[in-house]
Parts: sequence; C-alpha cells; structure tokens
Amino acid sequence: MSDSHGGHGALAHHFEDLEQQREAHTLGMWAFLVTEILFFGGLFAAYVVYRSAYPEAFANASNQLDPVLGGINTAVLIGSSFTMVLAVHAAQQRRKWAIFGWLWTTIVLGTAFLGVKYVEYHHKWEHHLIPGPNFLFEGQPGGSEQLFFALYFSMTGLHAFHMVIGAGILIWLSVLALKGRFDEPGRNAVEMAGLYWHFVDLVWIFLFPLLYLLGRHQ
Amino acid sequence: MNPLSGIFALAVQTYPGSGTAPLFPPSASTISGEVDALYWFLIGVSVFFSALICALVIGFSVRFRRRPGVHATPIEGSLPLELLWTIVPLGIAMVIFIWGAKVYFRTVKVPSNAMQIEVTGKQWMWKVQHPTGQREINDLHVPVGVPIKLRMISEDVIHSYFIPAFRIKRDVVPGRYSTAWFEATEPGEYHLFCAEYCGTKHSQMIGRVYALDPVDYQRWLSGTVAGETPKQAGEKLFASLRCDTCHNTQSGARGPDLAGLWGSEVALRSGGTVRFDADYVRESILNPAAKIVKGYEPLMPSYSGQVSEEQLLALIAHLESLSAPQGAKDRP
Amino acid sequence: MTAPSASAAPSFAPRDNYLTADYSWRSWLLTVDHKRIGILYLLSVTGFFFLGGLFAVLLRLELATPQGDLVQAETYNKLFTMHGLVMIFFFLVPSIPGVLGNFFVPIMIGAKDMAFPRLNLLSWYVYMIGGLVSFLAIITGGVDTGWTFYAPYSSTYANSNVALTAVGVFITGFSSILTGLNIIVTVHKMRAPGMTWFRMPLFVWAHYATSVIMILGTPVLAITILLLALERLFHIGIFDPKLGGDPVLFQHLFWFYSHPAVYIMILPAMGVISELVAAFSRKRIFGYSFVAFSSLAIAVLGFLVWGHHMFLSGQSVYAGVVFSVLSFLVAIPSAVKVFNWSATLYKGSVQLSTPMMYVIGFLGLFTIGGLTGLFLACLGLDVHVHDTYFVVAHFHYIMVGGAVMAFLGGLHYWWPKMFGKMYPEALGKFSAVVVFIGFNLTFFPQFLLGYLGMPRRYHAYPEEFGVLNVLSSAGASILGIGYLLPMAYLLWSLRYGPEAEQNPWGAKGLEWEKAPTPPPTFNFDATPIVTQEAYAYADDLPPEESRTQARLV
Ligand code: HEA
Ligand code: HEA
Ligand code: HEC
Ligand code: CUA
Ligand SMILES: [Cu+2]
Repeated sequence: MSDSHGGHGALAHHFEDLEQQREAHTLGMWAFLVTEILFFGGLFAAYVVYRSAYPEAFANASNQLDPVLGGINTAVLIGSSFTMVLAVHAAQQRRKWAIFGWLWTTIVLGTAFLGVKYVEYHHKWEHHLIPGPNFLFEGQPGGSEQLFFALYFSMTGLHAFHMVIGAGILIWLSVLALKGRFDEPGRNAVEMAGLYWHFVDLVWIFLFPLLYLLGRHQ
Repeated sequence: MNPLSGIFALAVQTYPGSGTAPLFPPSASTISGEVDALYWFLIGVSVFFSALICALVIGFSVRFRRRPGVHATPIEGSLPLELLWTIVPLGIAMVIFIWGAKVYFRTVKVPSNAMQIEVTGKQWMWKVQHPTGQREINDLHVPVGVPIKLRMISEDVIHSYFIPAFRIKRDVVPGRYSTAWFEATEPGEYHLFCAEYCGTKHSQMIGRVYALDPVDYQRWLSGTVAGETPKQAGEKLFASLRCDTCHNTQSGARGPDLAGLWGSEVALRSGGTVRFDADYVRESILNPAAKIVKGYEPLMPSYSGQVSEEQLLALIAHLESLSAPQGAKDRP
Repeated sequence: MTAPSASAAPSFAPRDNYLTADYSWRSWLLTVDHKRIGILYLLSVTGFFFLGGLFAVLLRLELATPQGDLVQAETYNKLFTMHGLVMIFFFLVPSIPGVLGNFFVPIMIGAKDMAFPRLNLLSWYVYMIGGLVSFLAIITGGVDTGWTFYAPYSSTYANSNVALTAVGVFITGFSSILTGLNIIVTVHKMRAPGMTWFRMPLFVWAHYATSVIMILGTPVLAITILLLALERLFHIGIFDPKLGGDPVLFQHLFWFYSHPAVYIMILPAMGVISELVAAFSRKRIFGYSFVAFSSLAIAVLGFLVWGHHMFLSGQSVYAGVVFSVLSFLVAIPSAVKVFNWSATLYKGSVQLSTPMMYVIGFLGLFTIGGLTGLFLACLGLDVHVHDTYFVVAHFHYIMVGGAVMAFLGGLHYWWPKMFGKMYPEALGKFSAVVVFIGFNLTFFPQFLLGYLGMPRRYHAYPEEFGVLNVLSSAGASILGIGYLLPMAYLLWSLRYGPEAEQNPWGAKGLEWEKAPTPPPTFNFDATPIVTQEAYAYADDLPPEESRTQARLV
C-alpha cells in the first residue's frame, strides 16, 4: 500500500484534483473532531450530573488538586498550540526545516505537559487518591469524593492519551517533513494535525477550570 | 392485523390442554381496565393501518402488475397527500400520547390513604414487610379494595417488580427508593415476576400475589407471626444506634431535631434546599457529608456498612411516623 | 494497482473487473477498493449472522418447554446476551452500510472510490478485531449481562467476561465511526459533475443520515463502555450506588447511543426499499424530497428520545412525558415513508421479482413493528409491557422483519451487479415466502406472550405460556430454513448461475446505466456526467405518455 497511488504525486487516484482532495481531508478532520467532542461529551455529562448531586464533596475533593501546576500546564499547552500554528504556517510555505523545528518545539511542550501530569498523578498516588479499594480521603474511606477522582482520572487520562497520540503523529510528520514530503503542493497533513492539536488543547481549556478551579475554597 | 393471527387462534384451540393456555391476562386491579382500554384502542389503530398498508401494497401490486405494452404513469408527488399522511398520524399519535400519559399519571400518583408495604429485592428473592410487621418472602398477600403502596429498594442490582394481572411494574434500584401502587379488585392468585434482568436466577425471582377479601386478609394476618412493625423496629434502632444522642429535643443537641420534618424542605449550608423524604434520610445516614443542614457542622458519622436496607427502611418508617403533621399526609 | 485505462476495453473480450483484477490473497486483504471491502464485509456479516442465528436456535429450543431443561440458566443468559450482541453490533449495524453502502454509495454518486479508501479498509480491520476480541470472550466463557450491560450487574456482580466483551464492542464502535465519517465526506465531496443533492438516489440520502448518527452517537457508546470496563476492573464507583454513583446514569448514556443506533439499523434498510420500490414499479419515488428529508428528521429526532427505554427506571415523571411525546414525533417520518412507498406503486408497472417480494414483506412487517413501537412509547401501556416479550416481538418485527428483509432484498437486487451472475428466480421467490411465514410464526405469538406478562430473558416460564412458545419455536425452525436457502442458491449462482447483463432489471441509476457488470476497479470507464434526476423512468416512455404528467386527485 504505497501512499500515493500511481505517479500523480500528492493526488490520490480517486480524486479529480488537489482542491477536491484538500476539501475532503479538511471535512473529514472536522467530522472526526465532532466525534471527539461527543466522546469527551459523555464524561462531561457524567461530571455535570455528579457535580450537581454532590457539590460539597466535589468542592472538597477539588481542593486536593494543585491549581499552580494546573495553571502552568495550561500555559504550556497554549504555548504549544502557538508553536503548532507556526508549524502549519511553515508547512504552507513549504519550509521543511522550519516545519521540523516548530513541530519539535510543540512536541517538547507537549511532553512537558505530560511530565507535569505525571508529577500530579504521582502525588495523588501517594495520598491514596486513586479510586478503588485503597482510596482514602483525609484519612477516611471517603464517599462521593471518590467519584470526583474517578472523573478526574478518566477525563485527564483520556486527555493525556490524546496528547500522546498527538505527539506520536507530530513525530511522524517531522520525519516526513525531512524526507521532503511537504515540499510539493497539496499536502495538508500538518494542517490536519494542527486542527487535532488545537482540539486537544481546547479540551484542556475546559478541563482546567472544571476540575481545578470550580468551587475552590480559601 | 396479521394474516397468521387466525391460524394461531386455531392452533391454540386445538392444542391439547388449551384450557390452561390463556391469550389474555386476568384483569384484577383498578388500573388494569384502563390499560386494557388503551391497548384495545392501539390494537384498533394498528389493525387499521396495517390493513390499509397491506391493502394498498398488495392491491397496487396486482392491479398495476407489469404487462407488456403498459407503462407506468409518471407521478411526482402531491403536497396535499403528504400533508394528509403527516397530520392524520400525528393527530392519532397525540391522542395516544395524551391518553397514555393520563393513565401513567394514575399509576404514579399514590392515593393518600394507601397502606404501605416495604419491599426489598435482592438476588434472587423479594422480601416483604407489612405495616403490621408480618414478613414474607416472594409471596405478597394484599386485601382487595385497599390501595397498596410499595416502597421498594434493592440490595444489589436492579430488579423490577411486576404483577401482570394488575398491569403494574416498577424498577427496584439499589441506592434509591421507588414506589408503585395498586388496588386489587378481584380476589385470586396471580403471578409476580422480576422483570429486569438481574443475573443467573432472574427467571426464578418469581412469586405469587394473593389478593384476599379483607376478612381473609385479616385472617391471614392473624395466622402469621407478626414480629415488630417497621415503625417499632425503627424506634428501637434509633436508640440502639445512638442516633438519639445527637438528635433529641434538648437545647444544644448536636444534630437537628428530626420530628415533624417529613415532607418539608430542609435548608442546606451550601444554599438551596432538599426535601426531607426517604431518599434524603437514607443519604443522610449513609453519606452524611453529602448534604449538610444549615446551621450544623458535619459531625454525623457515616453508618454505611452498619445498617442493612431493611433497617434503613425501619428507620425511615420511624422518622416518617415522628412527623405526621400538616403537609406530610397529602403528599403523593 | 492497475492504472485506469481511459479508453474502453474492446467489448468482445471478457473485460477486467474488480473481481478479476487480481486473484491473490494479498490483493483482497490489502485492497482499498470499496467494492472489495464491501465483499469482505459481506463475508464477515454473514458469518456473524449465522453465529447469532445459532444462538437464537438454541434459545428457541430451550424455550420450547417451560421447565428450562435443555441448558442451565447461566448458559441461557449467555445465549441471549451473545445473540443480541452479535446480531446488533456485529451483524445488523455493519450489514447494509458495510456491504451495500460501501459497494454502491460511491458508484451511485459517480465516484471512483470512497473519499478515504485506506480508512475504509482500516474500518473493516477494526471491525474484525473487535469481532475477534468478542469472539474470544465468547469462547472463553461468554457474557451474561444482556446486550444492554446494565450496571451495577455488569460492573460488579456478573461473573462472566464483561470487560473483554466491552473491549470488543468498544473497538467495533470505531469501525462504525470510520465508516460514517467516510460516507459523509464521500457524499459531500465526491459527487460526479451534475450530481446535485436532489439528484441523489434515496439510498445515498439514507446512508448520509445514518452516518450522521454514527459519528454523533457511537463515541458516546464508546466512552460509556470504557467507563463500564474501568468500573469493572478498578471499581472506580461511577455507577456504583455505594459510592453515590448512579446506575441509572449508565442507562442514560447507553441509550443515548443505542436508541439512535436502532435508526442506524433501519435507515439504510429504508434506503434499500426506496431503490427497490422505484426499480420494480418503474417510477420515481412518490414525494422524493419528503422521503429524503424524513431520513434526516429521523436522524435528528432520534437523538432526543432515548429515555423511552427508561420509563420505569426511576427517571422523573416529567422526563418520561417528554420522552414519550418525542417518541411519537419520531414515528411520523417513518409513517411518511411508508405511505410514500405505497403510493409509488400506484399506476406503476409492478414486477413481483424476488427483491420485490422482500420489499412487500418489509412494508407489512415494518409497519406492524413500528406500530407496536407506539404501544411502547405510550407511557401507560409501557408500564405493563416493558421488559416483556412484547418488546422482543416489537424489535424483531422491525429488525428481522424490516431490516433483515431489506438486506436480503437489496442483496438479491444488486447481486447481479456485484458478481455478474443471476440466481434462480423461482427459488428466490419461494424462500422469500418461507422467510415471511416462518418469521410471523416465530414472532407474532410473542406479542400475545408479552401482553400476557411473560418477562423477557426468562430461562423458564409458567406452564400456561407453553403453547405460544411452542409455536414460536416451530416458526424459528422454518425461519432458519428460509435463511439457509438463499445462502445456498446465491453461492450456487456464483459458479453455475447464468451471466447477468449490465442492467437486468432495466433500472435507473449510475450503477446500472453507467457502470459495467461487474464494475471495473474504478467503477466507470469515464467519470459520468449527470444530467437527470434520480429514477428518471419517465424518460423511457414514448413521448406522448411522458408528457401527460398524471395529476393525482
Ligand atoms: C431497527 C430497530 C428499531 C426501530 C426502527 C424502532 C422504532 C421504534 N421504536 Fe423500538 N426498539 C428497538 C428497535 C427499534 N425500534 C429495540 C432493539 C428495542 C429494545 C431494546 C432492548 O431493551 O433490548 C426497542 C424498544 C423500544 C421501546 C422501549 C420499550 C421498553 O423497553 O419498554 C420503545 C418505547 O417507546 C420503542 C419505540 C419505538 C418507536 C416509537 C419507533 C418508531 O420509530 C416506529 C415508527 C414506525 C411506524 C409508526 C410504522 C409506520 C407508520 C404507519 C404505517 C402509519 C401509522 C402511524 C401512526 C398512526 C403514527 N422501542
Ligand atoms: C439484528 C438483530 C436480531 C436478529 C436478526 C435476531 C434474530 C432472531 N432472534 Fe433475536 N434478539 C435480538 C436481536 C436479533 N434477533 C436482540 C437485540 C435481543 C435481546 C437480547 C437481550 O435480551 O439482551 C434478542 C432476543 C431474542 C429472544 C429473547 C430471549 C429472551 O429474552 O430470553 C428470542 C427468543 O425467541 C430471539 C429469537 C430470535 C430468532 C428466532 C431469530 C431468527 O430470526 C434467527 C434466524 C436465524 C437462524 C435460524 C440462523 C440460520 C440457520 C442456522 C444457524 C442453521 C441451524 C438452524 C436450524 C437447522 C434451524 N431473540
Ligand atoms: C455525632 C452526632 C450524630 C449522630 C450519632 C447521628 N447524627 Fe444525624 N445528624 C447529626 C448532625 C450534626 C446533623 C446535621 C448536619 C448534617 O446534615 O450532616 C445530622 C443530620 C441528620 C439528618 C438530616 C436532618 C435534617 O434536618 O435534614 C438525618 C435524617 C439524621 N441525621 C439521621 C440520623 C440517624 C438515623 C442516626 C442514627 C442511625 C443519626 N442521625 C446519628 C449528628 C448526628
Ligand atoms: Cu431480579 Cu430479575
Ligand atoms: Cu428506542
């Protein structure tokens, strides 16, 4: 299965022209992002239901999260979205080294995000805040606080998983960039990856206030 | 409605022992006649439309069958017809909806003079306690002519309490109370089924419902060991679990006085209110931190794991009896 | 890959087509040709259908006697669970879109392929992997939660392979998403010049609507199943009332997908019926745009009625009322379609060929199935019939009497195009009749059983339900034979059947008029240019007849 069918370069066999191909890719990506929204949507729905059922427990539990680390991560992620825009821009100008450079900046920022996430998860682990039989909240078995952490881990875990996938795609694209795949017109893979990356960023922009900030006391 | 229904009727009649093979369930409660009426109406609608569609399709297929030299006549469509067959079914559907909703409201609105029976479902049995204290498993004895309210909860998975002859059914869910009510009209012995799939012996979670004349019911009651009534049991528990150390009428008690609260709205520390009902009491006992009453501290310990569902029902019955004043009785 | 040749091959030599392009295994398993992928789907859904059917046969054998003596309760529970799961997720959902949709949507709009051919292949692999994982779960012990996976039974109490099955269903969901995505983009971006939206065959409209549901609904199922698996493995508490979790939330999330999913199963079937009715009455579908838009109306409204599966679950009374009224509304577009199909036959030139026999079966049975849906949507009645055999009868009337009939009808209609062979017509009609009779005998008694109060998922039942159950089991064996027959003669036709012409039915549509039989790898010799509406049967009429456009009423 070679990537381009026949000798037409960037144009796949079943499209009439590059314009059509490009539009198809873009529409496909948007449709995919819609499915992603609904994928996270199920979790957001569960979150809203339980948050309104157990406001106190959720507020208490959310106090265990570190808004500073969360805030840093938000900044890192927004930064990575910015560098991603630069990568897309470079791709439009077909400057392969610039593409490579900006993609890697984005990857590094993404990895930094995951690193901070790891620190946070580790902290929860040490404080018995992982849902399950060993869960303890302030030394107690804990009731609905566990629900908060179940949702916290599901939501941020799914988000982090998307980041890992995204970073993988970016690495792959950076290799293709060096091979000169984006030197010819009609290649919009970087742009598509950009859409995806911004989407993942956007999800975090919702997660951060919902999980870290809402209902905080002190 | 269906070309084959006649054949079934025939087959059923000629089958040996068909006397024991009914085609229609007994109708034995105040609601069952209404549900049946709705059913027959819908059968009528269905027969009409199925017959119409069959007649049109078969009629046209025969009348306009392909013949050499005869062509189809091109027809685009017709707005009046489209409107007709949008609006007429819509109208019929709305009639069904409103009628159905009315019947449904009757099945959810419990008469205020209903006699309350507590039901606990678990894999795979139904445990029942009468207000007079009698307990039974899987069976249910009820007097005819008295509205019966079932307060039900499950100890494990979801079950569903289903008495076909009374046309009632309600899911029995863990963690929250559900209610159903009926009033039997015909004395007799009826099926009781668990209708929600609940594991291996789902099909064995069945029993009998005995609708008895009030006299027979009294006789049954007196022939059965009564034990404590839920109310009495609840009162004892309230003392033995030391609820009364905090919930009492002394000034400076650590917890709110619970008398007279049933059915009222309680103000919460986090703002908002909550209705003082079975679900709230249950939550207050098992997960007291979830909602804190205004003016109090979250001092109450959780009793999760220390009280069974049946004890909870008893405590609730006790608290309910503590407060029969205004507003409590006329609640559905 | 062979390059498309611009000039048509000489007509006297047997020309190359998608089947003969290459014979190697590799060329099939790595194909990106939507037609070959359609064939791959055909093979796999057939396999799953017979697997699900085998479970059904065992179910009916057990239910032939009241005592529950053939298999143990545990086994019985696994049987209906796996029957439901296999039939829904691995047979009916992918059946029409995967086989007929894949094969014909691109051809019908004049495209060379789907927009994303490799994604298309990937979606088949994802489906097969999901299927294999589930199959593994089945042979290593099975699952017994019912296809609905209700928590907390599934999350905490069941002792069967819930997690593995959930993973299988989860994976398969992505196949559905990919298929939907592909069809949406294909329909938007790959139409041939002149193929405007309102020139598209209704089959394509139906698939478009289906795909919208697939991409909006399936992700929610995926996340729900994922949460279930997490709950099961790590006991995180989301659906566990002991931690304040809510088992009813699971039902909301599940039905948010699974109700729209029933329209994923019926809309493509409706698309097939539109094509067949037009072709065998030689007429344009009556009220084309109403039929087209009703598909979209169903797709949209279908997302708002999930709560009608939960009238008795403890959701609020008012929620119940809203879900009930919306369920009645979603029934209307289906009614519109049924009436339009019937009206199309009026003054047509109706040919009662095998596919048309299935159409007539569909119309009758779908109507009964749909009308009994009204019983269920009606609050007061659902209190009695919920979770009884009445529901079982309702959905088999729609899914087996409706969707499976349409699938068989469509398969018979397009078989000549797909394989270039004809099947024995008399045998075809005969088995359509057998299926119809067997079907009614199987499922009609279940309506009576349901109203009598027989709960579903019962391994044993009171004596008095015996007679009706025996009838039902007898019917199932007739039905089984009815399904084995087409399987046999269609296979026979591949080798011994007479060659099919390019357009054996004299039907309209790019797939019949422009694409050779069987189509070449890129479908057409040259990109077709569309100048007509769909179903332009009037164009073939002698001039004086086509001018007298008949007025109705
Ligand atoms: C392809 C599958 C399919 C389809 C298309 C439908 C279509 C419909 N379904 Fe069904 N349904 C299922 C598959 C399907 N269903 C399944 C699998 C279940 C059970 C799941 C489980 O619990 O395991 C179920 C269960 C189910 C329930 C829950 C029952 C319960 O558990 O208590 C309800 C309740 O409202 C319902 C309603 C409807 C309605 C109103 C329609 C409507 O869309 C039907 C519309 C069609 C018509 C109305 C017929 C044509 C109309 C006419 C000829 C004109 C006359 C019309 C009028 C007067 C309005 N269905
Ligand atoms: C597309 C969906 C689909 C299809 C096609 C079918 C097809 C059939 N189904 Fe089923 N069914 C469901 C979807 C479907 N079903 C679902 C979702 C449930 C609910 C599950 C749950 O509760 O969780 C269900 C439940 C269900 C029950 C209820 C079980 C219970 O609640 O206890 C029954 C009982 O009769 C039944 C019967 C049948 C029969 C007889 C067929 C027949 O149409 C099958 C015919 C096919 C064959 C017979 C196979 C072909 C032949 C062979 C394999 C050769 C051997 C056979 C012979 C020699 C006879 N199905
Ligand atoms: C250590 C003291 C203490 C004990 C013992 C205790 N409670 Fe409480 N209870 C409280 C306090 C304080 C509150 C108010 C704060 C809150 O809502 O948690 C309360 C609230 C309640 C409420 C909600 C009251 C309202 O006004 O809305 C109920 C019901 C209740 N308790 C029942 C019980 C029962 C039944 C028991 C015994 C099984 C019990 N309590 C034992 C201290 C206690
Ligand atoms: Cu309990 Cu089914
Ligand atoms: Cu539904």
